[in-house]
Amino acid sequence: MTKFRRPGHGNVDVSKTLNFSFDGKSYQGVQGDTLASALLANGVHLMGRSFKYHRPRGVVGAGSEEPNALVAVDRGQGRITPNVRATSLELYDGLKANSQNRWPNLKTDIGAFNNTFSMFFPAGFYNKTFKWPASFWDKVYEPFIRNMAGLGPAPEHPDPDNYASTYGHCETLIVGAGPSGIAAALSAARNGGRVILCDENPELGGSLLSTPGVQIEGKFALDWLAKSLEKLRKTENVRVMSRTTAIGYFHDNFVALAERLTDHIPGVEIGPAREKLHRIRAGKVILAQGAIERPLVFNGNDRPGVMLASSAQTYLGKYGVAVGNEVAVFTSHDSAYEAAFNLSDSNIRIPAIVDIREDIRTDLKEQAEQRGIDLFLGSAVSKTKGKHRIKSIEVFYPNTGSKQMIGCDALIMSGGWTPSLHLWSHSKGGIKWDADLAAYIPDQANENCVSVGACNGDFGVAAALNAGTKAGGGRKKFNTNEFDFGTGISLDTLPNYIDTSKQKAFVDFQNDVTEKDIKLAVREGFKSIEHVKRYTTNGMATDQGKTSNLNALQIAAKAVDQPVEKVGLTTFRPPYTPTTFGAVAGYRNDQLFEVTRKTPIDPWAEAQKVVFEPVGIWRRAWYFPKKGEDMHQAVARECKATRESLGIFDASTLGKIEVVGPDAAKFMNLMYTNPWNALKTGSCRYGLMLREDGYIYDDGVVGRLAEDRFHVTTTTGGAPRVYRHMEDYLQTEFTELDVWLTSTTEQWAVIALNGPNARKLIEPFVEGIDLSRENFPHMAFREGKICGVPTRLFRVSFSGELGFEINIPAHYGRAVWEMLFEAGQQYDITPYGTETMHVLRAEKGFIIVGQDTDGTVTPFDAGMPWAVSKKKKDFVGKRSLARPDLVAEGRKQLVGLLTEDPNVVLEEGAQIVADPDQPIPMDMIGHVTSSYWSEALGRSIAMALVKDGVNLTDTDVYIPMPGQTHTARITAPVFYDPKGERLNVV
Amino acid sequence: MLLIHCPHCNEERPELEFAYAGEAHIVRPNEAEQAEMSDADWSKFMFIRDNIRGDHAERWWHAHGCNMFFNAIRNTVTDKFTMTYKVCQKRPTEHQIKVAKND
Ligand SMILES: [Zn+2]
Repeated sequence: MTKFRRPGHGNVDVSKTLNFSFDGKSYQGVQGDTLASALLANGVHLMGRSFKYHRPRGVVGAGSEEPNALVAVDRGQGRITPNVRATSLELYDGLKANSQNRWPNLKTDIGAFNNTFSMFFPAGFYNKTFKWPASFWDKVYEPFIRNMAGLGPAPEHPDPDNYASTYGHCETLIVGAGPSGIAAALSAARNGGRVILCDENPELGGSLLSTPGVQIEGKFALDWLAKSLEKLRKTENVRVMSRTTAIGYFHDNFVALAERLTDHIPGVEIGPAREKLHRIRAGKVILAQGAIERPLVFNGNDRPGVMLASSAQTYLGKYGVAVGNEVAVFTSHDSAYEAAFNLSDSNIRIPAIVDIREDIRTDLKEQAEQRGIDLFLGSAVSKTKGKHRIKSIEVFYPNTGSKQMIGCDALIMSGGWTPSLHLWSHSKGGIKWDADLAAYIPDQANENCVSVGACNGDFGVAAALNAGTKAGGGRKKFNTNEFDFGTGISLDTLPNYIDTSKQKAFVDFQNDVTEKDIKLAVREGFKSIEHVKRYTTNGMATDQGKTSNLNALQIAAKAVDQPVEKVGLTTFRPPYTPTTFGAVAGYRNDQLFEVTRKTPIDPWAEAQKVVFEPVGIWRRAWYFPKKGEDMHQAVARECKATRESLGIFDASTLGKIEVVGPDAAKFMNLMYTNPWNALKTGSCRYGLMLREDGYIYDDGVVGRLAEDRFHVTTTTGGAPRVYRHMEDYLQTEFTELDVWLTSTTEQWAVIALNGPNARKLIEPFVEGIDLSRENFPHMAFREGKICGVPTRLFRVSFSGELGFEINIPAHYGRAVWEMLFEAGQQYDITPYGTETMHVLRAEKGFIIVGQDTDGTVTPFDAGMPWAVSKKKKDFVGKRSLARPDLVAEGRKQLVGLLTEDPNVVLEEGAQIVADPDQPIPMDMIGHVTSSYWSEALGRSIAMALVKDGVNLTDTDVYIPMPGQTHTARITAPVFYDPKGERLNVV
Repeated sequence: MLLIHCPHCNEERPELEFAYAGEAHIVRPNEAEQAEMSDADWSKFMFIRDNIRGDHAERWWHAHGCNMFFNAIRNTVTDKFTMTYKVCQKRPTEHQIKVAKND
């Protein structure tokens, strides 16, 4: 049995010994321990170093509010979790945990020099110091900040664990399974409807586990608890979830619960879900989160061995661990007496109770006297001593100025209680100041939500049980035998004879914020509590100020000379406690992170050892390298083969929308800049779509199948937004039009054939369409059959060569592709990918929306006035094209660029200047939008948006790049076959 | 996550199914009106929005549902939806919004 274990106390199984290591040293704990309780049982209080000053720190709390005892848990490669609270970390056999913020070890820490020089690290230190000179950033400030920033070690490997998530619904969700939560669940269960009761701890019961001496309805707390939980577990409509933290409360009673499934089990293999996120939509939410005891802010309050009174009570009552042999008490609230008496009754010596108040309840005085405890009323602890563990306290009596040293090995404190408002505030519930409690409590609810028990300011077991019962719809009143919770006072500053500037009175333990930091922030002009928070960093650590926010608020309120309720409270934000990224990501990992859309022809390409590229959420064939070829060689070969004979390209990702109805042409006239009335059935036309602001939105070829039916294509990435854009106008503006829209992108596979031999290849396979030059001219569009399969056949070209786009039902896509590929061998048919497609179209000066345009380019800027109907009185974007800025001189226009050195392929996105010798920052007149090696021309080509570009044709511009400035001449953007003669191949 | 009542599906569905689509009741001028409009008036129609603090009439799209656009009154401070209605319906009066709030 370890030294500080008290057999006969606590809810742990002392017959089951667990071995664990902390900082490499071996210890023993028992089943039911947390790491904190097990270390305390071994007499270890020193569990961490603070963030800024690296001061030695001991455990303060006994639950998720713990600010100091943060450890990193090592469960193997990629499975290191930093910043785990030792107080919430369930012990298991073989647990390996390490303290943080220290080097080389916890007892000797080099970083503690910050502590020695703490006068140099006041509030706002970072803001004041890391400003100038700029040259210090790289070499001095950044390494320093990086070294100091963050708590604990960041994992170095990908997280190999799996995470799950699910949705859930219930009539009543109860957060917190202390007495109020359990009572609420019991009464809600009786009224039918689905009930979920969750609690962040492994064991349900809340405060009852810490105070086993309490009696409820004549039964001891643990017996009542066991019976109640059994009843709940047997009730079909109740779901009880332990190890489940309600991390956030969102709109319309949507609450996120993070359930920890495996961390408490030793040696769990990678496979089963480690955590599960439950997204619960609840009819009613009952918050029973309890309250957190407040530390007292006094000189030396951060010495290991100083902790909350209720924590000491929990370590004894729940874990059977004495936090010391000689435990002094410092309080401003009656509730600490219960802890003191509990400890005293378990043969722990209480050398002193120091109470700030001059007078206290008579029964407390009597009970202290019975136990032989010395009371120091109207007194305060003015300093503490002990290096890595408290050894003594100095008690100061301000009325006479007398001082007295008292030996102890722990000091438990209580500055009153802070109801937990976190989830209530997430739900935007109102709060009000309760002067008696010196705390905020819930006011008006914003959702169908009630707050019960200590988190609502209803302290004491009976009050909690009754409030919970009522919230669950019951009326029962409970009889209890319990310690009278009582009252307390709250002081912003505790009496001390030592000058404030020489005190070390910590408010936020985790971020090392002291009382004087907060006062300094106010002196320097920060009056809003939100500003004080950010300037001092109070409440900004991983514990989000659970133990510190109210103390900080009271100190700040006093400093600005305002009542606390006027100063307000900082905003609570989810998550309630630190949550793993894994829990948030859930299944959305690796292959499941995002759907990869594949075309019907994709498997064929994959078999060819193609290189893919992502385009939107599609994966597309990029280029098809032959053995030994690099990308440049492969693309050059694909381009050449297509221009000289025949290339085949999978264009299935093109967006497709079928526009149908008596008013289809009218609708098309409004949605596109081009005129559609004159487009004959059996023809197609390039369509340009603008937004209402006059800028190019999308483009694509549109075929007319019938008077009332258009086959519209869009860019690969633009399909969803074009569809939405059309639906929006159809439903909300052009409501008189009789038109239906259907997205058909995935109904059709599209095979593009380009090259002089394209017609020859398909001719034998096509039925029902006369493919002759005269009867199937450029921009013809017909329905028929190919390879025995229905097709919509376009004669179009995005390459400048004779071209066909063969639409076939998607499931025939691969079969038709393979037949054509087989037959194409006689023409050395060459499959090509998106890179070659881009080169071929750039040689012809065809734009890619989103690459050569950027949302600020009009059809006129893009050199496409021919696409804009002058006759139409209205189309989306027409009026905006007349906006003064859009008709002004000097707009950026799309031009071609030919580099002086034909071997230089410019970088896309590179900036263009008129004078390369001007001083920096240079006047940038445009940028390169597309740039490639053109095999057909034997040189590089580029397209660019350049200010007043058309007028600058034939002048030289400059592209400054690191190490070299390139010269290029502005040209027309069509580089190859400007007259389009190659389309007319026989 | 909000619950939004789609007036076409006549069901409350989670926010994930919907997409926001800007302020409601801004009617696109027809071709005759456009021809008459000054540049200043056109830019007002295009770019100027009320950005009010309080009950805001706005457009939503049931993208992953019935595919219909509809209008809603949502409070920009509390984020609460008071009502949703079809695009063919007029903007609710202050009184109608008040009544809906008390429902
Ligand atoms: Zn709907």
